[in-house]
Amino acid sequence: MPTVLPLKKQPFSFVGPVSAAAGAFAGLFVGTAQGSGLLGILLGGALMAGLAYGLMTLELPRRATRWGIAAVFALIGLMVGGVMGLIVGTAFGAFFGWFPLWLADGRYRAGLPPYLTAGEVLWHYAFRVICGMIFFFLIAPIVVVMPLSFNAENFFTFTPEMLRLDPAGYSMQHYEDFFQSGDWQAALRNSLTIAPVATLLAVSFGTLAAIGLSSEHVPFRQAIMAILISPMIVPLIISAAGMYFFYSRIGLQGTYLGVVLAHAALGIPFVIITVTATLVGFDRSLTRAAANMGANPVTTFFRVQMPLILPGVISGGLFAFITSFDEVVVVLFVGSASQKTLPWQMFIGLREQISPTILAVATILVCLSIALLTTLELLRRRSEKLRGMSPG
Amino acid sequence: MADATQTNAGASGRAPDDASGQAQDSGATGPVLAADGTPLKASLNRALRAQKLRALALIAPLLIFVLVTFIAPIVDMLFRSVENQIVSETLPRTVAELSDWEATSNTLPDDATFDALYYDLFLASEYKNHTRLGSRLNYEQTGMSSMFRRVGRDVGDFGDLYLDQFEDLDERWDEAEPWAALMAHPGYLEDAAEWRESRDADRIDPRDTPAPRFRLAPGIEDLLPKTAQAYTHYAAFMRTEEEETADEDEPWTLVSTMLYEDLMAASAADIAAYDGPMADALQTAHAAAPDFETMTRKAQFLEADDEWGNLDNWATIKVYSPSYTSGYFLTAVDMKLGADGIVSQPEDQQIYGLLFKRTLFMSMVITISCILLGYPVAWLLANLPMRSANLLMILVLLPFWTSLLVRTSAWKVMLQQQGVINDVLVWLGVVADESRLIMINNQFGTIVAMTHILLPFMILPLYSVMQTIQPSYLRAAKSLGATPFTAFWRVYFPQSVPGIGAGSILVFILAIGYYITPEIVGGTSGTFISNRIAYHISSSLNWGLAAALGTILLGAVLILYWAYDRIVGIDNVKLGG
Repeated sequence: MPTVLPLKKQPFSFVGPVSAAAGAFAGLFVGTAQGSGLLGILLGGALMAGLAYGLMTLELPRRATRWGIAAVFALIGLMVGGVMGLIVGTAFGAFFGWFPLWLADGRYRAGLPPYLTAGEVLWHYAFRVICGMIFFFLIAPIVVVMPLSFNAENFFTFTPEMLRLDPAGYSMQHYEDFFQSGDWQAALRNSLTIAPVATLLAVSFGTLAAIGLSSEHVPFRQAIMAILISPMIVPLIISAAGMYFFYSRIGLQGTYLGVVLAHAALGIPFVIITVTATLVGFDRSLTRAAANMGANPVTTFFRVQMPLILPGVISGGLFAFITSFDEVVVVLFVGSASQKTLPWQMFIGLREQISPTILAVATILVCLSIALLTTLELLRRRSEKLRGMSPG
Repeated sequence: MADATQTNAGASGRAPDDASGQAQDSGATGPVLAADGTPLKASLNRALRAQKLRALALIAPLLIFVLVTFIAPIVDMLFRSVENQIVSETLPRTVAELSDWEATSNTLPDDATFDALYYDLFLASEYKNHTRLGSRLNYEQTGMSSMFRRVGRDVGDFGDLYLDQFEDLDERWDEAEPWAALMAHPGYLEDAAEWRESRDADRIDPRDTPAPRFRLAPGIEDLLPKTAQAYTHYAAFMRTEEEETADEDEPWTLVSTMLYEDLMAASAADIAAYDGPMADALQTAHAAAPDFETMTRKAQFLEADDEWGNLDNWATIKVYSPSYTSGYFLTAVDMKLGADGIVSQPEDQQIYGLLFKRTLFMSMVITISCILLGYPVAWLLANLPMRSANLLMILVLLPFWTSLLVRTSAWKVMLQQQGVINDVLVWLGVVADESRLIMINNQFGTIVAMTHILLPFMILPLYSVMQTIQPSYLRAAKSLGATPFTAFWRVYFPQSVPGIGAGSILVFILAIGYYITPEIVGGTSGTFISNRIAYHISSSLNWGLAAALGTILLGAVLILYWAYDRIVGIDNVKLGG
């Protein structure tokens, strides 16, 4: 949003106390870590108020000053807390070299409607901080797992060596565990033999049915849709219980085929939903045009319809794959020990013998989901381009 | 979307009628004809039918697949929640006798019932079915499992009383072949000898070629009806379970007992008229039988286990003798089907009501925390420029796509007493090292972890609703003099309510059926009804109760799902934004 009013310089009577408050807050952490929180608050507040005053009165070259302050803080951090202190110090230095001047120039109002009151501006930033904390809540557990998986000890928490960024505190031993342990490798193999077959089943049946469902005249469309979507709605534990009872009646319980069929059933709703969504934008006159030019229905399907709905089919397949790959409740009941999948092994690990190998596996799975997420996003953009919608 | 499609379908479905109607209006003489000479209306109808059939043919394979692999198991589970054939299948004669007995009469069932019970239990213990029945009835009345197990051990010896006395009269009563000669058809004995020979020469596998079917000797059924019946059961048991013929082993003591009863009932003339094998032994036995030492079956049962004299146990057998029962459902709601109707369980055994209440309460808390945390984030995403919103969206989608077990294990790492959060709190001096917070294996752990896991399911629907709300409405409200809060509360919030509704129902449905996360971080106080279902399936093996609990949970989910369909529409389910 273009700034309507020129930015107004702020007096020290505003910048000073705010900087001091921020400094006190930072000082609380540094102080507690060094032994005395109260002293940290006082020192931090005073230091930042002084810094703000200095920056406002002395007309120093800004860029150089900022680098200088960051360097000084980094040096102090290095002396007090080693490598970790260096990082924290640099971050604090960079922030406090910028923050007082950002306030003093009135730049904090840039991009905001000029009619906002001071309280509203404060709320605007407070709201951002709250949202930041929620994002932190969302992402922190996943991020914390990654460094912990390189722990040299068999602990689930950060050791002092790790906090000092001492290389001795880190190792690949849990990854080695994962790649050398027979249990984990068997589990990985099972996952990799079950998920693709289940996905193939779900995608081939699901795509056909989605094409059928999207044609104009389908009797009982709502009822059929409800049945096909139901595996997604029914709680997993109920599906698992039902399948356990029924599959043991017909001799599928504890077999590879039983697990594959169960997982295919669970993946089908995702295929149906994504493919029908893609078909909404599909132009039917294309198939008619193909037929008009002499293509038979099979050729029309593979040469005209399939390439256009392929992104939807692939993302449906990815959903089905990840459903099967992540699934643990149903396989726990329908499978037997020889169908033990990766999530099942993790579940056992979490419930019984807790080993940090789980964290290594978790990190690998997070990387897998990042790859998957990227693929899906690319597919979505491509699909929208193919359907002539604007991306985004 | 569904509505739009249907309207389209309706519109094009009407098209032929309109076309022919117009043709008639315009004064044409006959119906409009298609190129091949048939009326256009019929031709269009045929095309429509062909299209419908083609669509159904495309859907059919998947529909059948889902019906077999998914719907059938669910129906099977519903069926199991009321199924109760085990009592009437294991104790058919006892159940028939018990139909005249009333538990309120305060007397034990009559001797005929005990005789029937002896016969049923003898067969059940040979087939090893009695322990299963015992554990089934034990769900309803504790102690019945051991009662059946104990009597199952002894019931084989009840008949020794008679067998010994027959043996004293004639050694042949304890031998296989004389018995077979008496009871079996000569043709059967020949077939049996031939079969045994082939088997012993390893020419046939008894599993593939079972022993010949048993046939009774002519006339023996009229002379000794009960003995004939018992011996037939014995022969069938030998054929299917032991893979042997009837004359390879001496019969059960049950047969001797039945022989005693038959002899007591038979007239001397009938016995004297019999001239087949063992005729002499039969006559001797018939003459001696009235002087046999004897004991009532009731006494024998009470001697094996005096629990058989307990009226409550008999009442339980009677109450659970029908093939279908509401007993599992009653247990699932902390009630009990007693002899005198439906009663509440004692206060200290009412666990399922508590569990259902806890599941609902915790799902509600989780839903509310998801609204509180999801609303600001969705607002921010909807009001930021597209580029930064897409970037922040990754932070929402990454947890959404990360394996459930990864996130659960992450929370285990974060929340445990030696975990990351406690470490940070101790480092900051907020809590002392020796009084670390207990945040896992309780309700708090479950709520935190599940809020995190389900938060994306709240943010995504909220975001898609908020994207459609015009920001100019808020500015208009403010320019008309509303304070920021009033503008939000009176203008923005009401428009975002559909998003809250959709997200809440979605989160709630997912939450009440959760199993893995409560199992790992819930301890004992933070578990859900689904954990109890899993327990009954894999540990206590009370499948009927698990099915009943599952059915109740399924009912709750279906009602919520119906509400979701009404509010949002099932076709509007979106995945990954």
